[in-house]
Amino acid sequence: MEIARHWRLKKQRYNLVGSICPNCKEKYFPPREICPKCSSEISDEFAFSGNGEIYSFTLMYDAPSGFDETAPYSVALVKLEEGPLVTAQLTDLGDTQPEIGMRVEMVTRRLRSDGDERGMLIYGYKFRPLLRI
Amino acid sequence: MVNKTDIVIAGVGQLPIAEHWETSLRSMAIRAIRAAITDSGNLKPQAILVGNMLASTLSQQAHLGTLLADYSGLSGIEAVTIEAGGASGGAALHQGFLAVSSGQVEVALIVGVEKFTDTVGSEGESAISTIEDADYEAIHGLTPTAQAALLARRYGHEYKLPANGLAGFPLIAHANGARNSNAMYRKAISLETYQKAELVCDPLNLYDVAPLGDGAAAIILTRRDLLADGSNTPVIRIAASTINSDTLSLADRDDPLWFSAAQTSAEQAYLSAGIKPQQVNFFEYHDAYSIFAALSLEAAGFAARGQGWQLADNRSISLTGKIPCATQGGLKARGYPGGGTGIYQAVEATLQLRGLAGGNQIPNSKTALIQSLSGPASIAVTHILVREE
Repeated sequence: MEIARHWRLKKQRYNLVGSICPNCKEKYFPPREICPKCSSEISDEFAFSGNGEIYSFTLMYDAPSGFDETAPYSVALVKLEEGPLVTAQLTDLGDTQPEIGMRVEMVTRRLRSDGDERGMLIYGYKFRPLLRI
Repeated sequence: MVNKTDIVIAGVGQLPIAEHWETSLRSMAIRAIRAAITDSGNLKPQAILVGNMLASTLSQQAHLGTLLADYSGLSGIEAVTIEAGGASGGAALHQGFLAVSSGQVEVALIVGVEKFTDTVGSEGESAISTIEDADYEAIHGLTPTAQAALLARRYGHEYKLPANGLAGFPLIAHANGARNSNAMYRKAISLETYQKAELVCDPLNLYDVAPLGDGAAAIILTRRDLLADGSNTPVIRIAASTINSDTLSLADRDDPLWFSAAQTSAEQAYLSAGIKPQQVNFFEYHDAYSIFAALSLEAAGFAARGQGWQLADNRSISLTGKIPCATQGGLKARGYPGGGTGIYQAVEATLQLRGLAGGNQIPNSKTALIQSLSGPASIAVTHILVREE
């Protein structure tokens, strides 16, 4: 059981909360405490919109433990509209074939199940094709 | 001019890469150690540095330095494990180089070992993913193979890679592996075989991914003035040993298609050795994935950006090409023994420079470049080995 490890990331997992450098204004997801660009200390949070586009993607057949039941699944690098890339699964694809440049948006889904039926369910962000309303 | 304080490779040893079900991690390592010590003319190590990535998880065994010193009859000497993911072996060699350079250690034993078959199935896949960012990569089901697939797809998109554009890498690796008695796969493959292979992690197929195998290899490092007189073995000097890091997570890079740590490490190594890429006779790269081979060739200055794949396509990396690579099969055909890989590369390069590469010998090779990576060059260790006249 790894409860604290996942609980402390709830802002990131549920709301894509990263950070912004007070000096050079670079935005980071995941959040950083030291800016890699200008070495300033960072304490300011920045919530990303969750909108972005696919930078690259793959379809995985050999899954690690905890992911076996959902294989095959798609993992992508998503370029958020504010700049950073984020690693996440693609979901709700239906018959849609993912492609580079496709617009996607963040949703909350189950990431992994931790062990048996008594284990922890871990939720977090995935990305789905942008819904046309 | 002979410099007495040159750091030289005095002995090498390696086990065939395989699924060594009947042999334990410690037995594998000890056999490689014995072979290297014998090859060195029985030099007595004062320190053992172990390159290993995953024994804590796969074999529930940490503390390998002490274990291996003890079981190889060297109890009492300095003994530690060096971990830098898949580049652990290269990093251990670098630490050995520093130790002997410092003068504190006169003879260093470096052993790289990985025992994948102690854990099989999805638990093994999970263990391998621990070299990634646990909170932001592995938790999304991303594996190192998936990282490579993400790079391969984007590379294909950016540079208009033709179908089978990466096929040359495994084809040449397997042709060389067929002549290496220590290789895991000793069979050449055809383009047709490559084309028919199943997808492992789209767009990577089975032959774009190096096979994980159990292995152990060892090296004895010492100063040139401590070598026994009268030996006929050519002296192999470490002309450069550099190590550089990048972001751990692929997503944290401004330019994922550029192996920045590999480039910096290679550039510093050329500078340190006082050579240019054109003087390298062969390059043992970290072809854990065919896309890594392409990106490594670009980073090390052998191809322009986006053109690394062409060196495989036009066979420049074959044994008779302009820049032979993976001369004993590379990770793809010799096999990928995790944290042991960097030591295998150094052992193979040493034998190649001594003229003992058998059917894969490159005539008159004098200068070798070897590079050990972890993940998508999240760390890069570069060594240049030179045969002294």
